[in-house]
Amino acid sequence: MTERVNALDVIDLTAGYGRIEVLHGVSFSVPSGSVVALLGPNGAGKTTTLNCIAGVLDPTGGHVHIGGHHLNGAAPDRLARAGLCTIPEGRGIFPNLTVVENISLFAFAAKATPREIEERSFTQFPRLAERRGQLAGKLSGGEQQMLAMARALSTDPALLLLDELSMGLAPKIVEDLYEIVGEIGRQGVSVLVVEQFARRALAVAQLGIVMVQGRVTAVGEPADIEGELSAAYLGGAA
Amino acid sequence: MTDFVTFTIIGIVLGSTYAIAASGLVLTYATSNVFNFAHGAVGMVMTFLYWELYVNQGMPLWLVLPLILLIVAPVFGLVMERLVMRRLTVADVTTSLGVTVGLLVALIGLAQQKWKPAGRSVDSFFAGNSVSFGLVRVTAQQFITMGIAIAVALGLYVLLNRTRIGTAMRAVVDNRDLLALHGARPNLLSGLAWALGSSLAALAGILLAPSLSFDYTILTFLVVNAYAAAMVGKLKSLPKTFAGAIALGLLINYGQWAYISLPASFVKDSDGLIYGINNSLPTIFLLGAMLLLPQDKLRVGRIAGTKLPRIPSWRATFLWSAALLAGAYALTGSMGIANNSRFGQAMCLPLIMLSLVLLIGYGGDVSLCQLSFVGVGALVAARGFDIPFTGLGFHPQITVLSLITAFLLTAVVGAVVALPALRLRGLYIGLGTLAIASALDHTVFETGLVGFGAQGSTIDVPRPGFLESERSFAMAVVVTFVLMAWVVLSIRRSKYGRILLATRDSQAACATLGFSTTLTRVAVFSASAGLAGVAGVLLAGMKHTVGTLDFYFFQNLPLLLFAIVFGVTSISGVLVGGFFYGCLSTGFLLSSDATVKNLAYIVLFVGIRLLVNNPNGLVGLLFDQSRRLLRFRDKDPERTTTGSPVEVYPAVVGRVVEVPVGSA
Repeated sequence: MTERVNALDVIDLTAGYGRIEVLHGVSFSVPSGSVVALLGPNGAGKTTTLNCIAGVLDPTGGHVHIGGHHLNGAAPDRLARAGLCTIPEGRGIFPNLTVVENISLFAFAAKATPREIEERSFTQFPRLAERRGQLAGKLSGGEQQMLAMARALSTDPALLLLDELSMGLAPKIVEDLYEIVGEIGRQGVSVLVVEQFARRALAVAQLGIVMVQGRVTAVGEPADIEGELSAAYLGGAA
Repeated sequence: MTDFVTFTIIGIVLGSTYAIAASGLVLTYATSNVFNFAHGAVGMVMTFLYWELYVNQGMPLWLVLPLILLIVAPVFGLVMERLVMRRLTVADVTTSLGVTVGLLVALIGLAQQKWKPAGRSVDSFFAGNSVSFGLVRVTAQQFITMGIAIAVALGLYVLLNRTRIGTAMRAVVDNRDLLALHGARPNLLSGLAWALGSSLAALAGILLAPSLSFDYTILTFLVVNAYAAAMVGKLKSLPKTFAGAIALGLLINYGQWAYISLPASFVKDSDGLIYGINNSLPTIFLLGAMLLLPQDKLRVGRIAGTKLPRIPSWRATFLWSAALLAGAYALTGSMGIANNSRFGQAMCLPLIMLSLVLLIGYGGDVSLCQLSFVGVGALVAARGFDIPFTGLGFHPQITVLSLITAFLLTAVVGAVVALPALRLRGLYIGLGTLAIASALDHTVFETGLVGFGAQGSTIDVPRPGFLESERSFAMAVVVTFVLMAWVVLSIRRSKYGRILLATRDSQAACATLGFSTTLTRVAVFSASAGLAGVAGVLLAGMKHTVGTLDFYFFQNLPLLLFAIVFGVTSISGVLVGGFFYGCLSTGFLLSSDATVKNLAYIVLFVGIRLLVNNPNGLVGLLFDQSRRLLRFRDKDPERTTTGSPVEVYPAVVGRVVEVPVGSA
């Protein structure tokens, strides 16, 4: 019997900016094919953790395993080719490229033709089909976030990292986007969602991780970490 | 009719060459967000190399062309991208301008070093072959040029808009990190763009070479015309750039045609206004293209400012001033007439650069026509000043009156220049002011009516009796530097100085608070021009004779370069930078031998390469390091604490936590 490999293992990760250490030994895992929500208040170290996983920030200690491979210190492009796709905070799009150019730019990664990728993306995000020739920078905030997700999915990632999906968006649009995240999870893609609005993210996640002040304070199923979440957001946890 | 067709064909051919050069500029700008001022200099070096291999070494053309266009130029582009340009993609415009200008100056220095001035020429391709259309003859070279331009334009259009690699190249500018997060290699893509851009610069230079004299500056600055074409396409659109290049080629040739068709009764001397205007057509075109660009919108939430050096206390200011005056007094006392003259001229450069502290250092704007303002000041001293119809005015002289007049006149000229230039921002102001400097050369300084006369002619400047000796005048320059430095520091300390800094950091924030940012910027441009005008009077007196070439627009580039490298945000930065530049120019302390100069330029360029992340320059870096060293010696425990922000700033976290609890 073969052991199932986790999509992501973060082991005792430490990182910081200059002399200030922000992550103090963060450890958690994202099981293959599941949606995991990484939650916590402002300044908890969620985005720093994500940046370390994505290869944007070099950790000062610990390990990151993606699909069982030790990938500490690998460049972002190498990680991407290993099946990791990141949608960074604040709309990960190319504003001066058209919608179609944004989507089909990475068709090669999915070993599909640009036409196939376009069809697939426009079926999942019909609203983008209406804007196909427009510059991405001219889209509304929600449409830009949809485009970022469509482009990310066009690369057929094994692990998708989503940072603050809801930032600056209307509740209805956030609702729609999280439905899509749930759908992506059901298709077998492992997803790690970093989010401040915990309840929305937990509604689609199978696992929740709570971070406070650079440490993981709780890991569990959504219903189990409710109490820990309240403490984290209201200052009870330390 | 024949003339018309002939000038049209020559115009299209010339425009085609501009189109090739401009396409290279657009390609590198569109893929790296860096406007390469050194684009023409790359073309110049490659053209000299072409001459070296093809004419001097006698290598066959079929070998030389691929060697340069497919190997040497692309490799040069790749190296340039790897060593310098990659770091500039997120740098501010001043740094970006400074670095590429540094590269330009270094490349000219390198070419002068390798190929000493001499008469050089190359033959056209298939020389002697031509096709006649009625009375008009089109040479093989002209056909080839047009064909290559069309092929380049189409090829680049297809590359950037119809291929994945081209789309990815454009995506690099939008978000380099995001592209990497998706598995692309942004560095490889920008390297490719720079390799291509470098090849296109070489191609343009080689195509132009048979019709031009082999001059370092002429070949380098032909690209100013390419700037104009690229600006028509807003540095993005290749079709518009191509159209702009052809329009410019035609304009220049029709201008030439009109000029030679003028009746003999018109003034056509080389110091006449018509001659000047005819020569300024490319720069007038560039200015026109920029003024037709839509006005840049304020960017809300964008903080452009960098941390400026600390303002010295008045006590420190007076101590440094006294030390400078005492040092200069002792030095001038120990030197002969010739060295005192060189020292005085070298000290004029810091004086000129002081005006840049106000404009660039505090105001955050860019000017590449500061030396033209200096020229206006020098004109006041050299030609005197008359107010028409009033009988008021004075003869050529250096007095308090001429200093005040120079200040006021250049301040007005500065405001007039600022009004159109400040519609734009950053890079466009740099290009616009350089175009204005070039236009002023041709239409003011080179005219006999109000300027110094044709290139090469000079005007004597009389000194007052008490400043007759070189030493006394050199000391007058140093005293003026000290006084002007106090004025600049007073402005920095005043309420106006704080508004200036706030405008630099965020124009949008200032505008929302009710400040007129346009007024602030025009005022600082005007005051800065006024200070440059005062420096001009003293420079004229120090040099005894001044002419157009002293204020040639090209000289603005090293002036800006030295100011930025040494620190345009502080008085000490421009004092050291200006004096170093002055020493190089006059041969004071340093040998004026070309080899030393060129090596110094190369060293300077390496210096600026290290400074990409330090806008306060070498002097700023020196002060920072010395302060750090002092702190290290103090072993300040507070500064060496490590830990999370929460551990370092517990009070802040406590406050954040308490608010929701209290409000709930």
